[in-house]
Amino acid sequence: MWDKLALYLQYPFVRYAIIVGVLIALCSSLLGVTLVLKRFSFIGDGLSHVAFGAMAIAAVLNFSNEMLIVLPITVISAILLLRSGQNAKIKGDAAIAMISVGALAFGYLIMNLFSTSSNLSGDVCSTLFGSTSILTLTVREVALCAVLSVAVVVVFVLFYHKIFAVTFDENFAKATGTNADAYNLLIAIVIAVIIVLAMNLVGSLLISALVIFPALSAMRLFRSFKSVTIFSAIISVVCAFLGILISILGGTPVGSTIVAVDVAAFGICYLIGMFKGE
Amino acid sequence: MAQITVRDLALGYDSHVIADKLNFSVSSGDYLCIVGENGSGKTTLMKTLLHLQPPVKGEILIGDGLKANEIGYLPQQTVVQKDFPASVSEIVLSGFQGQMGFRPFYNSGEKAIARENMERMGILSLANRCYRDLSGGQQQRVLLARALCATRKVLLLDEPVSGLDPKVTLDMYELIQELNQEGITIIMISHDIAASVRYASHILHVGREIFFGTTEEYRESSIGKFFLQQQEGGADDVG
Repeated sequence: MWDKLALYLQYPFVRYAIIVGVLIALCSSLLGVTLVLKRFSFIGDGLSHVAFGAMAIAAVLNFSNEMLIVLPITVISAILLLRSGQNAKIKGDAAIAMISVGALAFGYLIMNLFSTSSNLSGDVCSTLFGSTSILTLTVREVALCAVLSVAVVVVFVLFYHKIFAVTFDENFAKATGTNADAYNLLIAIVIAVIIVLAMNLVGSLLISALVIFPALSAMRLFRSFKSVTIFSAIISVVCAFLGILISILGGTPVGSTIVAVDVAAFGICYLIGMFKGE
Repeated sequence: MAQITVRDLALGYDSHVIADKLNFSVSSGDYLCIVGENGSGKTTLMKTLLHLQPPVKGEILIGDGLKANEIGYLPQQTVVQKDFPASVSEIVLSGFQGQMGFRPFYNSGEKAIARENMERMGILSLANRCYRDLSGGQQQRVLLARALCATRKVLLLDEPVSGLDPKVTLDMYELIQELNQEGITIIMISHDIAASVRYASHILHVGREIFFGTTEEYRESSIGKFFLQQQEGGADDVG
């Protein structure tokens, strides 16, 4: 088994997959805690479907670099969704469901009507479940992903205390002079960037898992915001790493293997939490 | 000059007015209780004072060297906070956020003041405990320590004793009175009219009739007499 692994690791595309997978797992776990606590667990799902729709448009328009169209559309949707939070006519969860299913339907419709590809269902399946795209990354994509990941981590560390204050008590933060709206906007943009990045790894149907499972696992075991955040980052990275290794060795689809490992980790954390007397 | 002066204020959502023609002022060191029935607009008044929502009409003037973000706030508990993994010291420190601008981390001076405030509230030994594991009274003390980190001038308290047992309620009132005696202006929303007239220096009664004046004047007014009597009648049942 180790020989087989060593053999695979000699291929650059395998190493790229591991690097990108670990980076994305790290980023997606950071804001997971905030999203779960703000009752926005499903925003990842909604935004990834928007990104799917945007990708379909990019594919039909024959954009060479689909990021240029996918990223702005997803960012705008994220802003609209998080803004609608408190006093919108359509409440948060309904808005997310509406945008998510709508974008999914339109994306598939557009792909069906205008696609030039001969393997339509293959294209759709790989966008939804991420199947092989992570194994076909170019050096440029890996570099882009690394830069965006570093940016996400830096932004998160710099604004960590502000994100905490706004998540814990938005009204208090606003009343005492914190610009809570600006930080909500920041959270929305960072989320959108993470989602677009993560589509390569697990595809658009499974992104929510990457965002919420590490946070929920960590919340079983730890009781301060700092320790929950750190532990969810660690657990996410470890699960992504293990998931990719297993999928390489066993020939299973990358995205769903990572999510399966995340689910298993949550189960273990849940049990430990129960024995610790939760 | 008063710290907060409210002129001809109308409260509500969108253009639906809940309470109208509010006029009152709060000076440094005052202890104002805002009383009134449910739905009379007490919490809306507080949100408007904190600039969380705009007034429908009228104006709120601040003076006496007070800045808009120097009003500390003790909110009612939200659902989110019930299962929030956060340690006591993390929450208390977050009171400084409003003054920090873009500085990302807390400095040692702020950490020292946070310790001091936790000590004053008697929760220093709980500093590393998880907020959601604390009792209701302890949670209120944590939020009070956070509010003290945000301001040394004015504290707005929204029903600070709701859900607390009688002993803890009494402790809480004593604590608030101590803060007031140290010179911090207190504005408190309360259901408990009996306690309000015992501790407050001024009363604002919102509802169909509006009353604003000192506690003595409130006791003598017809509206005050009526409500005090009503509450005493109710209090007998509780014991």
